[in-house]
Amino acid sequence: MIAAAVAVSLLSLLPLGFVIWTTVETGWVTASALIFRPRVGDLLANSLLLIVVAVPLCTLLALALAWLTERSDLPGRRLWAWLLVAPLAVPAFVQSYAWVSLVPALHGLLGGVLVSVLAYFPFLYLPLAATLRRLDPALEDSAASLGLGPWRAFLRVTLPQLRLAVCGGALLVGLHLLSEYGLFAMIRFETFTTAIVDQFQSTFDGPAGTMLALVLVACCLGLLGLENAARGEERYARVGAGAPRLPTKVHLGWLMLPCLGLPVMTVLLALGVPFLTIGRWLVAGGSAMFQMSDILSALWQTVLLALAGGLLTMAAALPIAWVAVRGDGPVPRLLEACGYVVGSLPSVVVALAVVSVTVRLLFPLYQTFFTILAAYALMFLPRAIIGLRASLAQVPVELEQAAASLGKTPGRALWATTIRLSAPGAAAGMTLASLGILNELTATQMLAPNGTRTLAMGFWSLSSELDYAAAAPYALAMIVISLPLTWLLFLQSKRLAGQ
Amino acid sequence: MKFVLSALSAAVVLAAAMICVPGSSGAENAAGTITIYNAQHASLAKEWVQAFTKETGIKVVLRNGGDSEFANQIVAEGGNSPADVFLTENSPAMALVDQAGLFAPVDPATLAQVPDEFRPADGRWVGIAARSTVFAYDKTRLAPDKLPKSLLDLADPSWKERWAASPNGADFQAIVSALLELKGEAATRDWLQAMKDNVKVYRGNSTAMKAVNAGQVEGAVIYHYYYYGDQAKTGENSKNVALHYFKNHDPGAFVSISGGGVLASSKHPKQAQAFLKWITGKGGQEILKTGTSFEYAVGKGADSNPALVPLQDLQAPKVEPSKLNSKKVTDLMTEVGLL
Repeated sequence: MIAAAVAVSLLSLLPLGFVIWTTVETGWVTASALIFRPRVGDLLANSLLLIVVAVPLCTLLALALAWLTERSDLPGRRLWAWLLVAPLAVPAFVQSYAWVSLVPALHGLLGGVLVSVLAYFPFLYLPLAATLRRLDPALEDSAASLGLGPWRAFLRVTLPQLRLAVCGGALLVGLHLLSEYGLFAMIRFETFTTAIVDQFQSTFDGPAGTMLALVLVACCLGLLGLENAARGEERYARVGAGAPRLPTKVHLGWLMLPCLGLPVMTVLLALGVPFLTIGRWLVAGGSAMFQMSDILSALWQTVLLALAGGLLTMAAALPIAWVAVRGDGPVPRLLEACGYVVGSLPSVVVALAVVSVTVRLLFPLYQTFFTILAAYALMFLPRAIIGLRASLAQVPVELEQAAASLGKTPGRALWATTIRLSAPGAAAGMTLASLGILNELTATQMLAPNGTRTLAMGFWSLSSELDYAAAAPYALAMIVISLPLTWLLFLQSKRLAGQ
Repeated sequence: MKFVLSALSAAVVLAAAMICVPGSSGAENAAGTITIYNAQHASLAKEWVQAFTKETGIKVVLRNGGDSEFANQIVAEGGNSPADVFLTENSPAMALVDQAGLFAPVDPATLAQVPDEFRPADGRWVGIAARSTVFAYDKTRLAPDKLPKSLLDLADPSWKERWAASPNGADFQAIVSALLELKGEAATRDWLQAMKDNVKVYRGNSTAMKAVNAGQVEGAVIYHYYYYGDQAKTGENSKNVALHYFKNHDPGAFVSISGGGVLASSKHPKQAQAFLKWITGKGGQEILKTGTSFEYAVGKGADSNPALVPLQDLQAPKVEPSKLNSKKVTDLMTEVGLL
């Protein structure tokens, strides 16, 4: 397991190694001229501002929604809970395209924050809702019996229990903000990633783009350090015997109507707007836009890539997550960090590194399916690790020890206890990775074997030719195949809570 | 470990299944299928390829992308490039691959189909279509006498935040490369510096035109066919837009030549040359006239779409396409902070 974790981590260092190697090759004089220039300052300000504004907004929104759907008697809780996960099925750039279509003047920081909050809040909602649901109400009861009011009990007992979920989710959102291209390109907000893509489209692997990537990696490491510091070392698994009882639902009373407004508004903005736009273009384009053979072939290729890539990502993430949860000291953190660093790199950087290495050193692998799947695994490693880690962390290590004491070899003990019990987390991680692959564009274009055309590629090429009507069926197809995945994600997070 | 192994083997099986996806396998290449790195509009390339395959029976696999990206990718791939043919929207990318010595000479019969002014002197690639720079403006806000007389006028402070462009795209960079070739490095740097203060940056010519139409800016430096293409469809993004041609041999009247070339490393040079000959010949050029691309035809005796302002009336400046220097342009644009 440890050897596998080290191997995956080493592989995941490849893109970073490529960036650093290019920097060294470029030389200090050129490199510093490209790093310390006004434009980099502007981009840095933009990217940081985006994170500072969007991440807290996402957290607040997700926390409020998670509490309403899990801990209150809000009408239609089950429906809302599902609808609030569903925006994950809308690719970020489709979300952005829908908003630009509806409000053409929307742009810059405001537009970027609005659309990214709508696109990414489910990354925080999911873990928060799952944790709230699973939380042993006995903890809050104890707090109440010790004299804390409901508010103070929430702040002092419930909220700290949500720390892992908030940290993991916020990190995921932050990383997405740093590496997303399509969303911000459409809303005209410049971040490091859009600037790197610009440089790439102008110079391919020119040093200016790689230097931008270097600064971006530094930002990502900063985020990772922040999350690491905020995460803490407390135990979050239950200690008591038996199963926790179900938490009681808070009676909202006259507050119900205003509270209902929040999920209604969120769903309207995050789901209503994309569906409205796509529907409008489908009607405008008419049935002539449905070139079924093209769409079906793109659909088939997309589904296969997503499934195969999801499996490979899961397999790569498992050893790292296991080592991170069970291991001690700096080495496991380091291995885990490798996974996050590579996942936070914009897909162009990962793709460029993979292209460069395969074209120069491993030509038989160049433009093959294996290579693109491996790149996907690197890019979506954090999604899989976060899902797995939370799940693994809740499996008491005592079970594994008990299995070992009953004569199982370490590998079998691991398989029989921890891995089986973490299967829901693994499924969630794989689903998240597959979802990411379904919506992936930049790296797919660079790495896909010749002749491949995924739904995202079809959508992007048509919408960049201003053929919004012809692009709409592709957007719809992406959403339609993503929906069952988000449904699975939803179901499995329910099952996790034993419901 | 068993889980990891089973997941891995499932991934391998799926990957193997994918190799059987039609139109995406390497096995077909052996049968004489050619691979095209296509930076032209995907819809135009598709029209060309469908008609070519129907006529000749030669199958084509398309890989779609952008000019500069592909040019540099081909250079990185070197002699190993899987591409047989490279098609671009603009000349600088062709010049880049040509300077790396990766093009095979174009068949003399193909060269003979295209007039001298639409191909480089060395005959290693050939013009396949052309597009004209225009100033697309909001006709509800800008009277014709208030239009800029020259592209250079847009550097004037009076144009601050009134015009748009897509500086990250190969199209605009081609226009800058013409400016560089015509006016020299110092003048180009000054113009770009002023542009950095004046321009509103959009991503893609179509979005820039859409912004003009929506009243967000008064005008945009783009290519002509975005307007005609939109008009031929719904006209939704160009209702308020009119085109201003700079003419007068101004750098802003630059006509950019889209290029096609056969790679020296091609494993199917005969089929690749046949493709180039076909698109520059009657069939390929006819598609430019009748199709939805609205790009200019460049073949001898080939007419462009009658809706367009005739190519010979554009008074374009004379620029040798093989001299257009994309690297210098991106360096200058990086230097002033546009990239």
